Amino acid sequence: MTRKLRLAWMVLVFAFLYLPILVVIVYSFNDATYSTAWRGFTWKWYERLAANGPLMDAALRTLVVAVVSATAATVLGTLAALALNRYRFTGRKVLLGSILVLTVSPDIVMGISLLIFFVVLGASLGFGTLLVSHITLCLPFVTLTVLARLASFDENLVEAARDLGASEWRAFRDVILPLTLPAVGAGWLLSFTLSMDDVLISFFVTGPSYEILPLKIYSMVRLGVKPDINALSAIMFTLTVACVLLAHAMTRTRRQ
Amino acid sequence: MHDGALFRRFCILGVAAWLIVFALAPNAGLLVVSFLTRHPEDFVAPGLTLDAYTRLMDPTFAAIFWESVRLAALATLVCLLAGYPFAYALARAGRRARPWLLLMVVIPFWTNSLIRTYAVIIILKSRGVLSNLLEALGLTSGPVSLLYTDTAMFIGFTYTLLPFMILPLFAAIEKLDRNLLDAARDLGAGSLRAFWNVTLPLTMPGILAGSMLVFLPALGMFYIPELLGGGKSMLIGNFIKNQMLLARDWPLGAAASTVLTVALAVMIVLWRVAARRAREDEADDLLAEGAP
Repeated sequence: MTRKLRLAWMVLVFAFLYLPILVVIVYSFNDATYSTAWRGFTWKWYERLAANGPLMDAALRTLVVAVVSATAATVLGTLAALALNRYRFTGRKVLLGSILVLTVSPDIVMGISLLIFFVVLGASLGFGTLLVSHITLCLPFVTLTVLARLASFDENLVEAARDLGASEWRAFRDVILPLTLPAVGAGWLLSFTLSMDDVLISFFVTGPSYEILPLKIYSMVRLGVKPDINALSAIMFTLTVACVLLAHAMTRTRRQ
Repeated sequence: MHDGALFRRFCILGVAAWLIVFALAPNAGLLVVSFLTRHPEDFVAPGLTLDAYTRLMDPTFAAIFWESVRLAALATLVCLLAGYPFAYALARAGRRARPWLLLMVVIPFWTNSLIRTYAVIIILKSRGVLSNLLEALGLTSGPVSLLYTDTAMFIGFTYTLLPFMILPLFAAIEKLDRNLLDAARDLGAGSLRAFWNVTLPLTMPGILAGSMLVFLPALGMFYIPELLGGGKSMLIGNFIKNQMLLARDWPLGAAASTVLTVALAVMIVLWRVAARRAREDEADDLLAEGAP
């Protein structure tokens, strides 16, 4: 491919990826309710968004679920990676296999199997069921991320720590954990976005009393386009960019 | 040594217990439910039966299944055709620009997919951005709407899933040794031939990985057909969702999920075989190259 052709294709694909988002951001400042014609600049959709109590509650809930489930999934997933990497035990292959299967199993199947499970147990659908489901969704991704890091890890460092009298727990806390921290952090960020983004699983495992943002957006979009969704989309997009830039900056300083 | 064993047991048992309770048990439950009898009030009634599977034999379900696979495969193909040259251009970009360009691919990938679906609606709807643009250019006389068509659904799939294709392709192309291409050119291969005989086979693992990452989610995303296709075409994800939440026919929903899982498992096995073969070919080529 010639240089010019490559450049043109790159511009085209980036335009495809970004134009829709930019259009939404521009319209979030448009002073027109139904038409897409430009009627002047306004903040009113943002004001209306801030005044929309149920939506703000849903946003807060989404954030809480994402933070708690990402943290729990990171702890569990890191321990799993550690066990898989360091120990040889019966069922190790089964554990690794089931983690791999879990990453490729379709979200919708995970959603309905958990729904059936919760209904059989008689659990009321809401925060608890959402949390458990999101942890299960994120756990394999954390394990695989951390496992990849542990694979390129110098075993001698741990051996040295053990020889110097460190307990297994201390070796983990003082040697393994600090060295795998970038992967653990990446696993957390990945889990956080997975949880924030999830529609398919949340759709089944949460009840009407505990509505979260993706489901709220889903029903709003189904009922027709309203300009306050533009404002919400613009805010969420800005947050995403901030998160990605932050993660990028973190990995950069670590490398230096 | 004692505390070592304790820590070890804590790690293994904790994770194993979680997976058994929240992954294995629910999936076993799903399988069991697919063999039970439908009950209008109690969701399921006892009594083992193959009833749900027999009902899936209906041509309607076969049509739904086929339509889902066709759409997902088509979306995968378009993502591949759009993503390959892009990933190639990305891999050939300057060293300084590359991390930033990659970051620009990752940002939409991390943005909520419902928000992105909504952005597509804004563009495609009647009197939307595209409609206004076409009218302003004089290409159409009145407002046009692409929304609630198969094309819209298809654009939605491509738009949400394209980054999943680009990232593995980029990884594969970046690894490619440019000397091999130069060698092919020196030996008289045209650029098309060099691409066909060298670049394409060597990046096959990336192509396969990207295709799986696009194809799998495309099968289950029920909200894209609903929001962009207007619910006109019933896909397998919508079918499962409707059986579970609207029709309350849990055995049928569970059976459809089981069929979907088994179909995907077969595809993944085929994919792994193909990926292994691609790697072996690569190894063969390298060996042949090393031979005098």
